[in-house]
Amino acid sequence: MTTDRIISTDGLGRDFLVGSRLRRRRVTALRDMTLQVDRGEAVGLLGPNGAGKSTAIKMLTGVLVPTAGRATVCGLDPVRRRRELAHRTGVVFGQRSQLWWDLPLRQSFDLHGAIHRVPAAAYAQRLDECVALLDLSGFLDTPVRQLSLGQRMRGEITAALLHAPELLVLDEPTIGLDLASKERLRTFLATVNARGDVTLLLTTHDLPDVERLCRRVVVVDHGRVLVDDDLNTLRERFAGNRTLVVELTEPAPPLAGLPGVVDVGVQAQGLRQRLEFDRRTSAAELIADVARRVQLRDVAVDEPSIEDLVRTLYQRS
Amino acid sequence: MLAPYPQLIRAGYRRYAGYRQAALAGLFTNLVFGLLRAAVLAAVLAERGTVAGYDLATATTYVWLGQGLLAVVLLWGNTEFSDRVRSGDIVVDLGRPWDLQTAQLATDLGRAGAAVGIRLLPPIAVGALFFPFRWPAWPLTWLVFALSVLLGVVVSFAIRFLLSCTAFWLLDARGTMALWGASSGVLTGLVVPLSWFPAWAQAVLWWTPFPAVLQSPIDAFTERGDPLGLLAHQLVWAAVLLLVGRAMLFRGIRRLVVQGG
Amino acid sequence: MAEPAGSAVVYGRIVASRLRGQLAYRTSFALDLTAQAIGQTIELFVIVVVFTQVSTLGGFTAGEVLLIFGLAACGFGLADLCVGQVERLPEYIRTGEFDVMLLRPLGTLPQLLSADVALKRVGRLGVGLAVYGWSLARLDLAWTPLRALVAVTAPLVGAVVLGALWVAANVVSFWVVDGREVANAVTYGSSFTTSYPISVYGPWLRRLMCYAVPGAFVAYFPALALLDRPDPLGLPVALRYCAPLVAVVAVLAAGALWRQGVRHYQGTGS
Repeated sequence: MTTDRIISTDGLGRDFLVGSRLRRRRVTALRDMTLQVDRGEAVGLLGPNGAGKSTAIKMLTGVLVPTAGRATVCGLDPVRRRRELAHRTGVVFGQRSQLWWDLPLRQSFDLHGAIHRVPAAAYAQRLDECVALLDLSGFLDTPVRQLSLGQRMRGEITAALLHAPELLVLDEPTIGLDLASKERLRTFLATVNARGDVTLLLTTHDLPDVERLCRRVVVVDHGRVLVDDDLNTLRERFAGNRTLVVELTEPAPPLAGLPGVVDVGVQAQGLRQRLEFDRRTSAAELIADVARRVQLRDVAVDEPSIEDLVRTLYQRS
Repeated sequence: MLAPYPQLIRAGYRRYAGYRQAALAGLFTNLVFGLLRAAVLAAVLAERGTVAGYDLATATTYVWLGQGLLAVVLLWGNTEFSDRVRSGDIVVDLGRPWDLQTAQLATDLGRAGAAVGIRLLPPIAVGALFFPFRWPAWPLTWLVFALSVLLGVVVSFAIRFLLSCTAFWLLDARGTMALWGASSGVLTGLVVPLSWFPAWAQAVLWWTPFPAVLQSPIDAFTERGDPLGLLAHQLVWAAVLLLVGRAMLFRGIRRLVVQGG
Repeated sequence: MAEPAGSAVVYGRIVASRLRGQLAYRTSFALDLTAQAIGQTIELFVIVVVFTQVSTLGGFTAGEVLLIFGLAACGFGLADLCVGQVERLPEYIRTGEFDVMLLRPLGTLPQLLSADVALKRVGRLGVGLAVYGWSLARLDLAWTPLRALVAVTAPLVGAVVLGALWVAANVVSFWVVDGREVANAVTYGSSFTTSYPISVYGPWLRRLMCYAVPGAFVAYFPALALLDRPDPLGLPVALRYCAPLVAVVAVLAAGALWRQGVRHYQGTGS
């Protein structure tokens, strides 16, 4: 039974009872999350620690029962049809491993293939592809416990994809990785998603992950969904100003008073200046204005960072 | 330098007193095994009125004291020390301005002190309330018993310390701990009173430190044997085992340092 | 849904991979194996010592008690080998490994049981088989086909009963953090109680072990069937052959309890 609505939640929420027997309180980890994700989408779940992201993921994968609302994943109730759903989803936890710790990586893959009843031909083909794209051949026969974090994450993602899941859920997959590894992982995930057969749901702190992989962002804070929108639209609606960075041939006093410029920052004793300008002003016109005043060696335009975007969102909540 | 040891005793006491749920769980096990062992010994005594001087009251007292003292002497310790040896963290402990063995002993004494209230009194209460129980006939026995328990704790500590030190050589003391765990019940007189053993076995055992851990304090309470001889046996073994432990530690450290951990 | 045959293959492969890992650490394995064997021998030792002081216990002779002990030890050893892993449940919950099990398209209990195989437990089983075999030979029993069937199946059925009991006991870890100690009390308590004729225990303890916790069906009743002797307690003869039925009920009950435990875990979160 295939459906194009991969994830559908309605008022999904989760309360916890914390504290000792005498001082028990009810803490709401997640409140009223209504989310629809269609096949082929790439959605980023963004939020600070304790925002409720992991709780949401647990409820979507059947590990936790919701205390409010409903969730349907791949057309199934995650808790009641846990094992069926496990065949259709692949889950990667950044901090917990699904591989067998003391076995060579290859054997972990074999076991995964056996558990998911992947036909031999399909298994071989998918494994070869992952080995090629993620460059696993160097450590396929190394026990998982001896792998570096980056190698292990590549292994985890491979294992999660071997049974051709409809949905790939990743909980903080790039945490602790160096830049090169992060980039390699992101490229791979983007490739897999672009082919249209795997829907991605990604939770992360790491904003470049979101920028690279997700066309849609859901921002969560204190258990509540703040925003659920297209990344570019978000930028438009909440974004701050752009910044023109000019490199001059010789030092000059701050270029104040230009039309549209909100703030001027001076670096390198006047050789580089950062001109923050509002959205109504065209970058080209501003560059022309600046060129009339000084001699330019180089220019660049900085978009507002996702950090700023998210910070704005948090502040508004 | 005397300074840290009293604090360590207090710290050991507080730490143990904090684990209330674990203590309750342990007491449950004591209760189950106390009931079962008492039943078996009672069945034996039903066939024959007394065995080796044990009547029913003495036998049930023996069982409940054994269960209570089990946690006080901590017959089966944890692997914390040997884990630290294996991981190399032990060098942190060695770098501190104390004598490592004395520090560990102080902590263990504190723990044992807390365990007396939490783990010894309840089984005695159960035994006394629901079973035939033999209380000491002479007031002096209580003093002898207290001293014997203290020495039993020290001997047990010394044995555990020695076994943990094997980690310096074996990399992993779990095997030796497992062997001790399996055999200590018999050797210390937890499962069957040692005086029920054949004479030759008793003779052999009393040349070892094992009865000093449990059988001796129990004998002190039930007023069997010569109290001074009993305490002397415990004292001698406590001293010997502590000294051997120090020697093992010394050699172990040297090995660690020479090998580079 | 999952075909049982296919699942068995998968679990078999998981277990096989664990076995390979175990045998790598030779000395540690040897020490553990010895410790297990010694552990089982302790109770044997107690029985031997006891019988130096008396000639019957609970109405049974030394040879008969040893038969009960051996049978119980075999059942315990087998159960330990196959179901012993269940005692690691609190550890798996704590490390989050149980969540990982929930994410696989397999049952959680089979995963837990196959997650590791402690080969060292063979030590215990070995002692049990030795004592059982020796007892059967020495006791000069009157063999009939029925009795032979009981002799062969009793350890297996006993293992099933004990295994179900342990699963039920360890379910407590879904509710309580320090549940392991309680579960262990049940596990090792059951080893102890099944090793002796139940006529040794007082009436209320016996009732507990016949009906609530069916330990008496592990060794006592099958032994009575083998020995073909009157029961000092005067219980119905039919009970001697009821062990398989009890095993089925025990397994169903344990399974239901386990599912409850998992549901509770999913309901309260880790």
